[in-house]
Amino acid sequence: MRRPWLSLAVATTALLITAAPTLACGGLIGPNGAVNLLRTTTFAGYTDGVEHYVTSFEFAGGGGAFGSITPLPGIPTDVKRGGDWTLQRLIRETDPAPEAAFLAAEDAGGTAREAEVLLETTIDALDITILRGGGDEVGLWAKNHGFRLPPDAPEVLDFYADRSPIFMAAAFDADAAAARGQAVGDGTPVHLTIPTDNPWVPLRILGLGKAAGETVEADVYLLTDEKPALLPRAGAFIESNGLILDHSAAATDLLLGDLRSDAGMEWIPDEAWLTKVVVDTQAGDLDFDLAIDASGAGAPSPIDAGFAPFGPDPAPGAPVALYLLLTAATLIAVPLALDRSTRGRTGRPPLAGA
Amino acid sequence: MPMVVALLIVALATIGCAPGPQTVTLTIRYSGFDVTELRVPRGVPLTLVLVNDDPIDHEWLIGDAEFHEAHGTGTHDAHGEIPTEVTVPALQTVETTITFDEAGTFPYVCHLPGHEAYGMVGILTVSD
Repeated sequence: MRRPWLSLAVATTALLITAAPTLACGGLIGPNGAVNLLRTTTFAGYTDGVEHYVTSFEFAGGGGAFGSITPLPGIPTDVKRGGDWTLQRLIRETDPAPEAAFLAAEDAGGTAREAEVLLETTIDALDITILRGGGDEVGLWAKNHGFRLPPDAPEVLDFYADRSPIFMAAAFDADAAAARGQAVGDGTPVHLTIPTDNPWVPLRILGLGKAAGETVEADVYLLTDEKPALLPRAGAFIESNGLILDHSAAATDLLLGDLRSDAGMEWIPDEAWLTKVVVDTQAGDLDFDLAIDASGAGAPSPIDAGFAPFGPDPAPGAPVALYLLLTAATLIAVPLALDRSTRGRTGRPPLAGA
Repeated sequence: MPMVVALLIVALATIGCAPGPQTVTLTIRYSGFDVTELRVPRGVPLTLVLVNDDPIDHEWLIGDAEFHEAHGTGTHDAHGEIPTEVTVPALQTVETTITFDEAGTFPYVCHLPGHEAYGMVGILTVSD
């Protein structure tokens, strides 16, 4: 059940990532080198048919290489370094934290079946690859490039590829980050520009690699021309599919001006509606995404939410300006290297031959 | 995760004739075995055609509790010549042939990290 203090706790935790990496990620290598979940921060924006998507990868210390795969609604035309503090500014807008917390944060301040590689670039210690392909193709590409995908990955990749066969793979080299002088907690924001007429917020992928009973927490910020309709419908103070409507109000001129002044954020509009949805549910229950209708029609797509079978895209509605900001607790993050120890070979069933 | 559970009874009526070699196809999709119960008579060669329809590697390892205890804490990159320890690479098919000369019940498991907990477990019964 939703705890009344959780919203502030989640936001504060996000703020303190830069100051206290242990809050962001318990350990870089899981038992047996299994899936390692790395907290990431993601921004996505959409206006006039172009989505701006920014993900920040936090350097949590240690060594080795780690990766992340993120489903995208379309093919990016540009991938570059993103702004530095947009997410933190929005969190501060909806969840004011004690002054001391802000001060602390500021102080710390193939084969034929492989997916098609559409774009490759390097930003700081991140190697970014944009892929196009079905779930099997993307999974095989990831496998062949050192990503160790968890057992639920094949089904989850298909879930997304059926709707949009575009993915971003990010390989983060912690050793390279350390060599570059990046301090623990430093983030590398990546800004993708994605023309698309059908944005949505991926939520199901937040539970990838987690046991069914593990908790998934994330903050989703939406900045739209009008008050949006959501599916699943986020409950106001009452849990609804693990989604809580935590903030819904016209964005202030101060907020919009601040966001617009960050690097690469000049496209922020003069007026917008700010919505914050908190995700707080068990991974086993998170089998949907967040569909958004910001056109005023009040009809978010059940297909985009993952509640209906995928099919041909419906005719696009009137252009709307939709700005999405997602603070993701976790995305797919898997270690790229794994030492495998020798196993015993005792206890085989008795054989007569083979 | 939906799991199709099938019971394949390979046991044959043996009155008057000895059963011949048996072949069973076992498909892996979404990190699950489509057949989770197998039965084979003792002394009858069983050929398993392991079809991996996933883009990630899987294993098919069969043995007793001690065997699985040992394998459950390790991480082999690949299994080679031992017919009861089979690695099935992503999107590939592998065959293995085994003849059991003692009756018993043996679990088969994928011991790659997290796969057993995800449900990659089945049971093979060797009958007299």
